[in-house]
Amino acid sequence: MTSQSSAVEPRQRRPLRLAEIFLLILALAGGVGGFAMVGLSIRGELPDQFWFRSGLLGATALVAHIVLRLRAPWADQVILPVVVLLSGIGMSMIWRLEISGSVGMAPANVAGSMQASLVGVVIAFALLWILKDHRWLRRYTYTAMVVGLVAIVLPLIPGLGREINGARIWVFIGNYSLQPAEFAKIALAVFFAGYLVTNRDTLALAGPKILGLQLPRLRDLGPIILVWIVSLAVLVLQQDLGTSLLFFGLFVAMLYQATSRSSWIVLGMTLFGAGAITAARAFPHFQARIDVWLHPFEPQYYDREFGSSYQIVQGLFSMANGGMFGTGWGEGRPFQIPFAFSDYIYAALGEELGLTGLTVIVLSYLLLVQRGLKAALSVRDGFGKLLAGGLAFAMALQVFVVIGGITRIIPLTGLTLPFMAQGGSSLLANWIVVALMLRISDSARRPSDLPVRGQVAAGAPAPEPEPILVGSPGSDGGTPVDGTPAAGTNLPRRRIADRAPDDTGGSSAPTEHIGTEGPPEHRPEHRGGERS
Amino acid sequence: MNTTTRRLASIVMVMFLALLVSTTWIQFFQADKLNSDPRNARALYAQFGTDRGPIVVDGEAIASSVPSDDEWNYQREYAQGRLYAPLTGYYSLVSGTSGIERAENDFLAGSADALWVERVRNLLTGSDSQGSSVELTIDAAAQRAAWDALGDQRGSVVALEPSTGRILAMVSKPTFNPNDLATHNTKEARDAYLKLLNDENSPLVSRATNTHYPPGSTFKLITAAAAIEGGDYDESTVIDAPTTYTLPGTRTDLPNYGGTACSPSGEQSLADAMRISCNTAFAKLGVDLGADALADQAAEFGFGEGVNVPFSAVASTFPDPESLSPDNLAQSAIGQWEVRVTPLQVAMVSAAIANGGELMKPYSVDTVRDAELQIVSETRESSMGSAVSESTASQLADMMVEVVESGSGTSAQISGTTVAGKTGTAQTTREVPPHAWFTGFAPADDPQVAVAVVVEQGGSMGSEATGGRVAAPIAKAVIEAVLNG
Repeated sequence: MTSQSSAVEPRQRRPLRLAEIFLLILALAGGVGGFAMVGLSIRGELPDQFWFRSGLLGATALVAHIVLRLRAPWADQVILPVVVLLSGIGMSMIWRLEISGSVGMAPANVAGSMQASLVGVVIAFALLWILKDHRWLRRYTYTAMVVGLVAIVLPLIPGLGREINGARIWVFIGNYSLQPAEFAKIALAVFFAGYLVTNRDTLALAGPKILGLQLPRLRDLGPIILVWIVSLAVLVLQQDLGTSLLFFGLFVAMLYQATSRSSWIVLGMTLFGAGAITAARAFPHFQARIDVWLHPFEPQYYDREFGSSYQIVQGLFSMANGGMFGTGWGEGRPFQIPFAFSDYIYAALGEELGLTGLTVIVLSYLLLVQRGLKAALSVRDGFGKLLAGGLAFAMALQVFVVIGGITRIIPLTGLTLPFMAQGGSSLLANWIVVALMLRISDSARRPSDLPVRGQVAAGAPAPEPEPILVGSPGSDGGTPVDGTPAAGTNLPRRRIADRAPDDTGGSSAPTEHIGTEGPPEHRPEHRGGERS
Repeated sequence: MNTTTRRLASIVMVMFLALLVSTTWIQFFQADKLNSDPRNARALYAQFGTDRGPIVVDGEAIASSVPSDDEWNYQREYAQGRLYAPLTGYYSLVSGTSGIERAENDFLAGSADALWVERVRNLLTGSDSQGSSVELTIDAAAQRAAWDALGDQRGSVVALEPSTGRILAMVSKPTFNPNDLATHNTKEARDAYLKLLNDENSPLVSRATNTHYPPGSTFKLITAAAAIEGGDYDESTVIDAPTTYTLPGTRTDLPNYGGTACSPSGEQSLADAMRISCNTAFAKLGVDLGADALADQAAEFGFGEGVNVPFSAVASTFPDPESLSPDNLAQSAIGQWEVRVTPLQVAMVSAAIANGGELMKPYSVDTVRDAELQIVSETRESSMGSAVSESTASQLADMMVEVVESGSGTSAQISGTTVAGKTGTAQTTREVPPHAWFTGFAPADDPQVAVAVVVEQGGSMGSEATGGRVAAPIAKAVIEAVLNG
């Protein structure tokens, strides 16, 4: 072990993360520049607390960078700067709306938004510090399921949940409000990753083939039906298409990612579509939302007192006013849109930064998501692949649902834009997502002592616990189902295995074989019959 | 799993591409349509949120933007709203703009092309753009005199400077208070607007430039001009002036005012016919001259052509000569039938006669100055052509002097000043009293002001009204105000 480490060390020094520093400086310039412009444009001077808040933003980014250097030196260097840029732009707009005044349940509050981001960063990077390996999370697969489902149901509990703007996706505890769906998103991604990595073979292979589609066995459908029911319950009881779409889309995407069965996508979309159409038929408030989406300019929908298209139309006016290059910070009238600082921050930014600015924002999200997916591609374990893929896809889906709602691709929903919109839950939850992405990307890029499978086969000394756990490395290509015991019985054994990476540091041989997952590049291809 | 992850990445690409397309669609392709949607208040805010330039008369702002505490930043205020309403127009969130506020909007708002230097300077110094001030040609004393003299009567007064076309006074009654429409309280503004819109007396319409009246006997100036211009007549030519004139091709008798005879002999000079405003003489003269001669002469005085002063004044009309029957021609020659004029047009006739026959284009904006008081634009006087020859003009002027000296317009006399004028009493229907007209200019030898006055339905005198009794004193008051000013 030691001899190996010393042989590897000189070639693979910890990265200095200079690219990240450089990109962070650019990102901070965008945010601090926004702060300054907002004050200069509206008041003719730097806004109050400009230096303090700019310093806070910079210090937060610096601390995050240092944590990464110390605890995840190989993590992706683009993720943090992109998130800092999006946060800075979002805070600038919230600040701008705070200065000018705005329409909403509560006023725009940049201090609150910064606090929430700060708490989010602290929690996220504390998690990054503690969680040395993302595979630890696999232990909590079913705990995560329970947490996720409870979080989804919370807003429905009388006295706790509250309906805002027709959507019941909020929980109030004292003066604090939470959008549990944001956290449920993470819990469900963990659960799906853990569940699917264990069961993907059965899901993929067993079952009848109907009309050319490989359908799953009925008894494997249990969790899927459960998620479907929960999603539709969210849709109907919480009246929020966005959250429902987010959960269901997340599950279907991860299911497809795990099993490579396109039949799942077809089945999932059919189920969801049928559910949504039925809901639209059965519930008038739902039909009202569809009407507003399809015909926002019709006077009968624009002028009606409840559930009018006023917000949609004001958002469109705002974006149109921005045009190609925008009015500039503080020069537009984004405060005319209800909830410009939260649900509608995209339209508000469109007015002041124009199509150019929105393109930068959309591409920044795309970059973030693709970095997450890249981590999924390069990480070695199946759980990590599914978790990174799921979290990245959930982020993409959330951005799509929010912006798609504002730009009328889909009906408007109650979700908010990650990192930009005012709202503690969203900020907190998405920083945690970022921490997980960074953690997975770190382990994806961390140089392995045994990067090539052939080396293992060639007789590298296998650590002691391994044979007990999943058999010899040679068994990887063995029979399809033997490596996939039921998750319940798997738990104790996995706990032993999970300790391995902690103890062995750079040696990843044991971690390769945790649970059921063999070297991921090979195994699914054998079974699914496809080539990557 | 990497194959499927890559496919998810492709799906993500498609999703984000859709977002970029939809965003581009809204911000680029749909932007113009969305920006011009009447429910989009941004254009209004952009317009109403600026420090709009004042409208100035004799150094005093009659319309100005004062800082307001509301979301609009500036409130438009009209110092003497009703007095100047036909000129300023209104500037309203609810009903839009009219008058100078509309016609000179680019300068008032500071967005005119000519103001680019100032805009660049504002851009560099970061100061807010300020509108330019628009100075009117109006003589405040004449405007006030016209307003006071018209009193509670419905009607209009227009005064012009004959040599330039400058509008010295323009009053219309009943009118409106533009402050009622300019209020940012949109409910109040809307209520006020609807009330004005539904008022049967149309207070929102400027009678001076946008109401058609039958000109009555004031049209005899044009008939006489056509006669003299034709070469067969001069002011002393004796023409038939019967007690009644049977309209050609009918059995209808056209009487004189009050059924009196114009002359014991049944004929009189053109000047005498003008002096006492003899209907039968001018009706027959018109028929003798023919429809084309009258129509052409009317056109040379500006009929058939709308003018922008710079807000628009509607064209006055003379019937199509092709389809004008002789009896209707006879009526047209004395300003009845389908002849329709604006008070501005009648003032232009007097002004052209006063100016040796040359018709100057009327205008109300003198200069436009930017925020630094530099002149950005100045209206140059321009001719609309020669309406009549100088000698014709001089003969018409002589006849008009006689009208005031010893004819129907004696109430316009001013001691020490020779006033030229022509009265008119225009029938509309038998049920309502006639409109009383007076038009003229003074001093006759060196004209400084030409006026037209119309008082609807006889004003305070009702059916007893004539142009001489009701309208001439108003004209006199305006002329005095200009000459004494």
